Amino acid sequence: MDFLSYLINGLGLGSVYAIIALGYTMVYGIAKMLNFAHGDVIMVGAYVAFFAISNLGLPLLPAVLLSIAVCTVLGVVIERLAYKPLRAASSLSVLITAIGVSYFLQNAAQLLWSSSTKVFPSVISNGGISWNGLTVSWLTLITISVCVLVMICLVLFINRTKTGRAMRACSEDKGASTLMGINVNLMISITFAIGSGLAAIASVLLCAAYPSVFPTLGAMPGIKAFTAAVFGGIGSIPGAFLGGLLLGVIEIFAKAYISTQLSDAIVFAVLILVLLIKPTGLLGKRIREKV
Amino acid sequence: MKKYRLIKAVISSAAAVALTCSLAACGNPSAGNEGAIRIGGSGPLTGPAAVYGNAVKAAAEMAVEEVNAKGGLQFVLDFEDDTHDAEKAVTAYGVLKDWGMQVSLATVTSAPGAAVAPMYQDDRIFAITPSGSSLAIIYRDPDNAADPYGNIYQMCFTDPNQGIASADYLSTHTDLGTKIAVIYKNDDNYSSGIYAKFKSQAEADGLEIVYTGTFDDSNASDFTVQLKQAQDAGADLVFLPIYYDPASLILTQANQMGYAPTFFGVDGMDGILTLEGFDTSLAEGVYLLTPFSADATDDLTKNFTDHYQKKMNDVPNQFAADAYDCVYAIAQACESAGVTPDMSASEICDKLTAQFTSMTFNGLTGQNVTWSASGEVSKSPKAVVIKDGVYVGVDN
Amino acid sequence: MKTKKKLPALMSAKYRGRTASYGCVLAGWLILEVMMHTGNLSSLFTSLLVPVCCYIVAAIGLNLNVGVSGELNLGQACFMSVGAFTAVCLSGSLARTIPAPLPRLILSILAGALIAAIFGILIGIPVLKLEGDYLAIVTLAFGQIVKSLITNMYLGVDENGFHFSFVDNQVNMAPGGKMLLNGPMGATGTERISTFTAGVILILLALIVVYHLMYSRSGRAIMAARDNRIAAESVGIGIFKTKMLAFAVSSCLAGAAGALYGLNYSTLVPAKFDFNTSILLLVYVVLGGLGNMTGTIVATVVLVLLPELLRSMQDYRMLIYAVVLILIMLLTNNETLKTWVQKLKKRYTAKGGTAHDTES
Repeated sequence: MDFLSYLINGLGLGSVYAIIALGYTMVYGIAKMLNFAHGDVIMVGAYVAFFAISNLGLPLLPAVLLSIAVCTVLGVVIERLAYKPLRAASSLSVLITAIGVSYFLQNAAQLLWSSSTKVFPSVISNGGISWNGLTVSWLTLITISVCVLVMICLVLFINRTKTGRAMRACSEDKGASTLMGINVNLMISITFAIGSGLAAIASVLLCAAYPSVFPTLGAMPGIKAFTAAVFGGIGSIPGAFLGGLLLGVIEIFAKAYISTQLSDAIVFAVLILVLLIKPTGLLGKRIREKV
Repeated sequence: MKKYRLIKAVISSAAAVALTCSLAACGNPSAGNEGAIRIGGSGPLTGPAAVYGNAVKAAAEMAVEEVNAKGGLQFVLDFEDDTHDAEKAVTAYGVLKDWGMQVSLATVTSAPGAAVAPMYQDDRIFAITPSGSSLAIIYRDPDNAADPYGNIYQMCFTDPNQGIASADYLSTHTDLGTKIAVIYKNDDNYSSGIYAKFKSQAEADGLEIVYTGTFDDSNASDFTVQLKQAQDAGADLVFLPIYYDPASLILTQANQMGYAPTFFGVDGMDGILTLEGFDTSLAEGVYLLTPFSADATDDLTKNFTDHYQKKMNDVPNQFAADAYDCVYAIAQACESAGVTPDMSASEICDKLTAQFTSMTFNGLTGQNVTWSASGEVSKSPKAVVIKDGVYVGVDN
Repeated sequence: MKTKKKLPALMSAKYRGRTASYGCVLAGWLILEVMMHTGNLSSLFTSLLVPVCCYIVAAIGLNLNVGVSGELNLGQACFMSVGAFTAVCLSGSLARTIPAPLPRLILSILAGALIAAIFGILIGIPVLKLEGDYLAIVTLAFGQIVKSLITNMYLGVDENGFHFSFVDNQVNMAPGGKMLLNGPMGATGTERISTFTAGVILILLALIVVYHLMYSRSGRAIMAARDNRIAAESVGIGIFKTKMLAFAVSSCLAGAAGALYGLNYSTLVPAKFDFNTSILLLVYVVLGGLGNMTGTIVATVVLVLLPELLRSMQDYRMLIYAVVLILIMLLTNNETLKTWVQKLKKRYTAKGGTAHDTES
């Protein structure tokens, strides 16, 4: 029973990582950049949801929608102001700019909302389903289902809609896509919008489970989700999903069965092992270099 | 890469010019505030630990304003950012020295404090830290608590002190629980410092520790595993030598699991009731050892809490109270030692060390507070329990 | 520019970059030493001298890795950490045997560099089998692992010798013993023996090593492998070996830098060398220009000083720092600005004569 209960906790934690990782991986797929500011968009989402619920008194769903709206706009604005002018620049320049944006968001949040921790109101009731002595809380159930839902929607969107196909075309070959009449800049903006919207959803789930809101909230989930995205094969949507879930489960198991002190080291050691066996992550495509 | 070269040349020469100017400009301390004693200090004002530094800065500023308003000796405060980093604390120390600091609040956090302590000693500047609780701030040899710097004092309890006090309290109050679990932050000086001493004292006192769990910066949000294992080990008391923000997560998650042992915290737990948005019913029945509570009803505390709330729009925590006391203690010592603003830092240092080892201080965080020659404070931690959202004292 | 006529060989295309680097360092050293001895250097800047040197050395190493060899390394700080804690432990345990600070400093830096280089080779074996962003994440992972391991190490020394414990703090020492490594508290009570001059010498050594490598046969092989892996392999360059050489030298430099850093402060915590420090070093390298060592030096100095100079901005300090960082990246990559500079440059070269660039 212990094992199952740890597994379910791990899946709950992993689902949050997975949703964040989806944002990472989509942006990487199309813009070929590591968006280190993604974690900080989560932080902004968390603050928006917090103020919507505590100060405006909104119920959960409108608060989530508001948070999604704000994050989407924020994502697009960041992309337009900071990343778009660097489309032709080296990927490292973009990486550094993303780090600058991350510093900016963290410090702006501290100035606007002070550095003291705020506690996210409990939005999902306690308790859950009990079966044979195993209790699964509503929160974990909701988190996992939202994650699965998001993943299915994304896959459908990418594969079935015209915009989705255009996005995939851009990630394969920007030049050819432009020739085919696809507006590449628009596609990149849409990707950032979706990624940031997902970050908002993740922020609410994250804060429902771990109700602390503070300016550097997004840093650690950001790194973990980046790891998850690479774990699953960066650029691959099912890969990010799988990577996120696995990372959560490994983290919880490492804490439960090996050592709470070394859990972080174990997570990263497993990542290294996986990459040594499959150098492009679990579901990543191996791109053959042509001479 | 060719074409970037000139841009870079331009940028770098502009930078070089700016630098040379700044090197010279920073040499002379800013004028003004003549006739006031210069108090320096540093703490994290930005970054993840910013909440502590900002609390100290605000409370110290408030205390300085109040002391100055009384019309006696005048003080002026310069509080610099050290981002909870030893390197930045040393540069902040440089800034303060250039400014002409005569007395100091040292640093807010422990590791930066340990880095600047030898510098305070070399330059003979008197320092009293509000919240740097590690032994390495006051002792050159912290492993044996020997060889004190002599001019660096503490306002808060030392970490070992709290660990021992907690273990002793639990061994005499077995009604709280006998099977003890500990969850501490293993990459934090404060937390692991208290834990180490708690553990050895608990062994000496014959306490039974059934489970020890840890967390660190990279996994400070999910505590389900630690709580479940504590529960499975049959712990009926969970000792939390950690700060209130992770503690609030532990209380929430324990509640979600339906696990309800007695939670026992130390002074870092103070602040949990005033976390914005925290459901205080979760903290019901939590015990903590603390010298200060923002809910106390004496005039001094009420006055402080009201003013602080007006200034910061936030309820003061332990750090703020300690900083406020530090400034008042410095002011009291300066008054009675006859310190004047024109004295050099080392003169003031000699006078203040003599005062601090002999005087008694009454403040927010304790009555009849005294200091030993090594700089350790002696005040009694009070055990309180949270009932109906307020601290209620329990007799020791 | 007077030296230009006197030293035509050093200003020739082949050596210009190198001359600029050495000149930069020596001039900076001379000016600062003079200012220090005449008492004109403020305490703030005096306190920044050694850490700036450390960051420069570590960043030069990273530039060899990222700029010359083309591998994105997000874990440079972990090699600094290894070097720093090696040096601090060695210096702490040799304090009685070798009381003179200078030989102890040199010995500790050498040890720090050596151990870090060994770590670099061990970590390099799995890392260099990967490519691109996968390589980057593995260096990040190793950075986290090393930090996590050092956070859990306890090492004490007393009259009976060394006592080591991992994870659980079970070091039973006789009274009078000294903890060299104390888990999350790291090292405390370190004797501060680093000097600015040692830092400058270290920078010069780093430059000599890196330039020697860059302009040697192996250096050309490394760059060939960076620019076109397949073409390089097809002419018989052992990719793994060349990249490993760069990686090991890079981590060795980071280790030396860490050693100097560790011995400059009386306390050192493992959390100092986290992901953020690695990223900061990367920022210095990218801002200074990939493969451009002089640029790295200038960028490091500017970016370390920037937050200090912004102290008067108080709460807005780090916000402005972030904005400046973004603006610099945007401006240095701006097309209009680039063409404008191009024009200026044409005019400059037309007047100035025959300055040719062969460096990349």
